[in-house]
Amino acid sequence: MTSVTEVRRPAGRPGPGRGTRRAVDHGPWFLVLPALIPILVLSVGPLLHGVLLAFTDAQSGRTEPTRWIGTLNFRDLLHDTLFWESFRIGLVWAVGVTVPQFLLALGLALLLDQDLRLRWLARALAIVPWAMPEVVVGIMWRLVYNPDAGVLNETLRDLGLGGDRDWLSGLATALPAVIVVGVWAGMPQTTVALLAGLQNTPRELHEAAAVDGAGAWRRFRTVTWPAIRPVALAITALNLIWNFNSFALVYVLTSGGPGGRTRLPMLFAYEEAFRYGQFGYAAAMGCVMVAAISVLLAVFLVGRLKGGDRA
Amino acid sequence: MRTGRGARAGQYAALLAYLVFLAFPFLWLVSTAFKSPRELGSLHPAWIPDDPTLANFRQAFDEQPLLHAALNSLLAALSAALIAVVVATPTAYVMARRRSALARAATGWVVVSQAFPFVLLIIPLFLVLKNLRLIDSVPGLVMVYVVWALPFALWMLTGYVRAVPAELEEAAAVDGAGRLRTLVSVTAPLLAPGIVATALFAFVTAWNEFFFALVLLKTPEKQTLPVVLTHFIGAEGVADLGPLAAAAFLATLPSLVVFAIIQRRITGGMLAGAVKS
Repeated sequence: MTSVTEVRRPAGRPGPGRGTRRAVDHGPWFLVLPALIPILVLSVGPLLHGVLLAFTDAQSGRTEPTRWIGTLNFRDLLHDTLFWESFRIGLVWAVGVTVPQFLLALGLALLLDQDLRLRWLARALAIVPWAMPEVVVGIMWRLVYNPDAGVLNETLRDLGLGGDRDWLSGLATALPAVIVVGVWAGMPQTTVALLAGLQNTPRELHEAAAVDGAGAWRRFRTVTWPAIRPVALAITALNLIWNFNSFALVYVLTSGGPGGRTRLPMLFAYEEAFRYGQFGYAAAMGCVMVAAISVLLAVFLVGRLKGGDRA
Repeated sequence: MRTGRGARAGQYAALLAYLVFLAFPFLWLVSTAFKSPRELGSLHPAWIPDDPTLANFRQAFDEQPLLHAALNSLLAALSAALIAVVVATPTAYVMARRRSALARAATGWVVVSQAFPFVLLIIPLFLVLKNLRLIDSVPGLVMVYVVWALPFALWMLTGYVRAVPAELEEAAAVDGAGRLRTLVSVTAPLLAPGIVATALFAFVTAWNEFFFALVLLKTPEKQTLPVVLTHFIGAEGVADLGPLAAAAFLATLPSLVVFAIIQRRITGGMLAGAVKS
């Protein structure tokens, strides 16, 4: 394809073709500026500034000038058991949400790719969690989990399975309960991405495999999975990042309680920065989070890519 | 493809389970919003309210400045969406049409910036906005939203631009149309639906956004809808369920309507952006 156009271009119409090319050359700089300046000023700049703040004793509302304190914040963090506990919860949450999210979304996408009745309804419903404000998702599930007026306990009572649990305040149930909400809230994006990947799978391959007598699982392994693998990897990596950095859902559901059992690193850093005013210390936490997520991603991507080569 | 009857039945059962899982929390929210206080206090809440009432909605508006908050949200989301699209479209055009180092750097940044937790971004922005006296103001929030919306706006728009064949523009150039003329009368009309979809998507994300609004807006009269919604939940986590549900239900409606309109385009645009880059 490329070679054909390359051959044809100089021979076909050299004059105007090259003319437009050159004209475009002047365009980019001024066309890019409107987006580039805000990105530089309000995204690249602040993020670098944020990283630098981690090496200072910046505090909210302080009159004395901020000083460089080297790696003191990081050394303090090292001994901050509360932070590491929060960090551990963050990892459990990120993996605990991302994995079921992927499996459930894959199942749903495979179903939606079939010729089923009610598919339109499922497609519409699958989008709903995506459209909702996270705060509303949190409020909604608070109503579901409510010990007295909630539908979960009511259903359990009807089934004779107890039903007097306070899901979001129980030390043992709080984290699993918020993880379920996380899975629910993030399913749409994953489903949509996987479904699109599925619809790019060549039908003929499927049919050929079926004619050859391949069972559903083998068809999935040999035809479907290779086709959706790039999409699956990309969306899972993104989900991992988004989930690790998530805030609003858990803030509304439990505010990090009970006893810090659901205090994700973002909630911890938010409190450190905007309740206690420790900007420098909170920035150091942010840096540790970026480092962690980078390592996590590197491990995930390297592992997956290698696994793919063998398969 | 042939599917056995047993397998079909299994598929329908699975689909039904998904439908229930996806729908029940929302249906419960709606049900709670229309229940009377007496029923909410009873130990056996039903799916269908005994005597549906609008009292919760009235009470919600009495308790919190919902209308004002909705106006703030509308103002912030509309401005952010418009500015983001105006700013992103030319850049997306360049990124799609040319593989320059700049375009690559911009794309790289879009991806990298996703990995940074918002704390690292919000503390410096908080300090900057404070110096500019834009803290606790909707314009300050709009600035943050624009930057926050830019990555996916660029992403989606780049996909839409790629979908407009460059040959059409070249043909117009051959026919003697100038650059500007080509952009205005050939590219823009084909790009318009994509631009609208991107703007609407940016609108919904800003309308739904919570974290930045929570940090930046302190005065109750300036707060946006999601922040005001959290005021229904008391300090001890005890909430007046009826009004809470009613307000949450109302706050969701605009997002649902907009999403219903653009659903198809969004997924199409994201994929177009994803497939080729």
